[in-house]
Amino acid sequence: MFNAIFDMLSYPFMQRALAVGILVSLCAALLGVSLVLRRYSMIGDGLSHVGFGALAIAAVANLAPLKVAIPVVVIAAFFLLRLSEDSRLKGDSAIAVISTSALAFGVLILSVGGGVNTDVYNYMFGSIYAMSEDDVVLSLSLSFIVLVLFILFYNRIFSVTFDETFARAGGIRVNAYTMLTAVLTAITIVLGMRMMGAMLISALIIFPALTAMRVFKTFRAVTIAAALIAIVSFAVGITLSYLFDAPGGATVVLVNLGAMLLFSCIGAIGKRK
Amino acid sequence: MAQIQCTDLSFTYDGVTVAEGINFTLKKGDYLCIVGENGSGKSTLVRGLLGLKAPAAGTITFGDGLFARGIGYLPQQTHLQKDFPASVREVVLSGCIGRFGNGLFYTKKEKQLAAYHMEKMGISDLAGRCYRELSGGQQQRVRLARALCATGELLLLDEPTAGLDPIVSRELYAMIEHLNKTEGITVVMVSHDTGAPFYAASHVLHLKHSQLFFGTREDYLASEAGKSFLGGLSDV
Ligand SMILES: Nc1ncnc2c1ncn2[C@@H]1O[C@H](COP(=O)(O)OP(=O)(O)OP(=O)(O)O)[C@@H](O)[C@H]1O
Ligand SMILES: [Mg+2]
Repeated sequence: MFNAIFDMLSYPFMQRALAVGILVSLCAALLGVSLVLRRYSMIGDGLSHVGFGALAIAAVANLAPLKVAIPVVVIAAFFLLRLSEDSRLKGDSAIAVISTSALAFGVLILSVGGGVNTDVYNYMFGSIYAMSEDDVVLSLSLSFIVLVLFILFYNRIFSVTFDETFARAGGIRVNAYTMLTAVLTAITIVLGMRMMGAMLISALIIFPALTAMRVFKTFRAVTIAAALIAIVSFAVGITLSYLFDAPGGATVVLVNLGAMLLFSCIGAIGKRK
Repeated sequence: MAQIQCTDLSFTYDGVTVAEGINFTLKKGDYLCIVGENGSGKSTLVRGLLGLKAPAAGTITFGDGLFARGIGYLPQQTHLQKDFPASVREVVLSGCIGRFGNGLFYTKKEKQLAAYHMEKMGISDLAGRCYRELSGGQQQRVRLARALCATGELLLLDEPTAGLDPIVSRELYAMIEHLNKTEGITVVMVSHDTGAPFYAASHVLHLKHSQLFFGTREDYLASEAGKSFLGGLSDV
């Protein structure tokens, strides 16, 4: 088995998949803690479906996928946040309308444009062969930015996440932080979705935070644990998918689910004591 | 010199006026109780004082070294906080956020301040505990300690005892009164409670879309507005 793992690490496409995947998982987990706690986790799902539509356009028009998808998804992020902040609109149903429309739109474009069903499949459920050198560079810079911003603004992020009104009264520009979170989330999603798949990428945002919250009870511990859980789950998931020739995105999501069940048990046992 | 002066304030939502004609002045160490029925604009006025809602007309002036960011605010519990993973220490320390300016991390002084206020609220032994696992009364003390980290001047409380049992409510009121009397912290409190907070107050503001009354508590008790308010409630 160890030989197989060494084997795996010698393939350049696997090295790229591992590098991008680990970095994207880390960013998604950090952003996810705040998004989940602020009840914005649906946004991740919405953005990934919009990203699918954008990738479909790029594929049919023969454009570079990231150059189309990143701006489109960033704009969608602004838009979705506005929707969920506006109390008169039902935020989650509005997001559902947009995300299913974008998905349907993407499927139609792909089938009209080329009728290539493998493309649809790859975009929806991901492919570990999809990562290029450019993606590695981009995810390195993105995760660097996310990490630095997260550490620098950690106390403000806590304050905004815990109590928006109080933070606002303390002079924190809550909307600016929310927007920043949304933009970083959008980029994270676009980077990760070709590997994880549009239907599965939002798991990277939601699972680690929820898993960490089963056991840990302070914000700092939850944040650190979520980051570690995300990295370990991804590495384990992608290795399993290589060893058993299983689809990468789906395996990573199931490993995340396993981690969540494990942590739920630990949490339940801890409570009984 | 006045610490807060509101002149001809009015607030609107989407062009509909919800409160108008608000005029009052508070000095340092005053204790104002804001009363009025549901929907009369009390919370809106509180948000106005905090700078979260711009008045449609009129002005709010702070004096005596006070500014909007230096207000210790005790908001209503939001539904989000009920399952939020955060330690008591993390929550209390976040009260210092308004002191940041352009800084990024809490200084030793701010950590000491947080420890000092936790001690004062009698929650030092809870510092490492998870906020969501505390009782409603303990949570409210944590939030009061957080508010105190933000201010040495003015506490602004919006129905601080909603959902607390009478005994815990009385303890909280006693704590607030103590802060007001011994440390000279100005208190502005919205309350439906005609008991303890009302009798600790030096001034009363009665809202009913417009301002029915502002003055000292003694004058309020003798006024028409005061008689009908207290009379109406004692019938219940
Ligand atoms: N965000 C908002 N958008 C539109 N109208 C609002 C908004 N917030 C409050 N209002 C309206 O403004 C009026 C005053 O509301 P406010 O919350 O200030 O009342 P209140 O005196 O605090 O009531 P309560 O005792 O129930 O807390 C109400 O009629 C309310 O419907
Ligand atoms: Mg109110």
